[in-house]
Amino acid sequence: MAGLMGRANTIVKAKFSKLLDRAEDPGETLDYSYEKQLELLQNVKRGIADVVTAKKRLQMQAAQLEQSVVKLDQQARQAVGQNREDLARLALERKSGVQQQLQGLDVQIQQLEAQQEKLIQSEKQLSAKIESFRTEKEVIKAQYSAADAQVKIGEAATGIGEQMADTGLAIQRARDKTAQMQARAGAIDELTEAGTLTDFTSGGQTDLDRQLAQLSSTSQVDSELEAMKAELGKGDDQAELPAGGAESKPEGTAS
Amino acid sequence: MGDGQYRVDESLHDRLNQIDEQATAAVESGDEDELRARLEELTRTVTEAGERLEDDDLSASDLMVPPGDLSLEEARELYSGDGLIPDIPV
Repeated sequence: MAGLMGRANTIVKAKFSKLLDRAEDPGETLDYSYEKQLELLQNVKRGIADVVTAKKRLQMQAAQLEQSVVKLDQQARQAVGQNREDLARLALERKSGVQQQLQGLDVQIQQLEAQQEKLIQSEKQLSAKIESFRTEKEVIKAQYSAADAQVKIGEAATGIGEQMADTGLAIQRARDKTAQMQARAGAIDELTEAGTLTDFTSGGQTDLDRQLAQLSSTSQVDSELEAMKAELGKGDDQAELPAGGAESKPEGTAS
Repeated sequence: MGDGQYRVDESLHDRLNQIDEQATAAVESGDEDELRARLEELTRTVTEAGERLEDDDLSASDLMVPPGDLSLEEARELYSGDGLIPDIPV
């Protein structure tokens, strides 16, 4: 078995020579190749846009999950405050499940970020080579009758061909990766819809939500009742005293 | 691939070929971790010891280092025909 480096090189050269074989006249070959380069450059730009879109979607999902973590944490605390250990446990279990999903998402977002960086780099390299090829192409065309025109075409075209293959591979891999992640993001959406991994932020109430809401409304009623009892039972002094005291105090100490 | 072109000194060729052989052996024995480690070593060796060419340089390369995160499956594709590297738009 030949080495990986040699194999990659052989394939790229073979692929590119197919493209060069299509045109008969060297001038035509150059123009044709140049057109293909521009097409590929467009393709890279689209590839970058796709990766950015996929990344944004994952980031939105991650933000939603982060909200869920905060909310579940609050719910657990609330439940503990009400001596409902069973509910607190339930909330904490869900929180841990959501946190695991979140970790997975974070890794994927980082991977997409790396893909994006790589594509931007490829785009930059390809643009630079295309520009250089454009200049070179005109030089070669001008000396078309010269004996070395054919050789020069081969050289310039191979250099750009490598970059085209290289960039093509980068786009293909980014697309594959994005497709995998979209499938996964879709799976999380489905789970959320099916209620397996409840999206606590969407307003849909879960049993846990309802039980906690009931608890908190009960305790709110209780505390309001207590407040009213205090107001009616113990008279006005208690309520006015702190305000009056706070206002008169600065005046007394200022002089 | 994807990291630009580098010109490496001839004295480094033996070393690169040696790592490349180890990477190839890793593909044959199905050891993905070893494959990744060797590919990363190849990339590192080239980028550290080599001289980076300008982006607009049109020289052809003698060798291409496959991406550092190449999977075993992708490496096999590289050998079984030419599936891994996409066709240049024709």
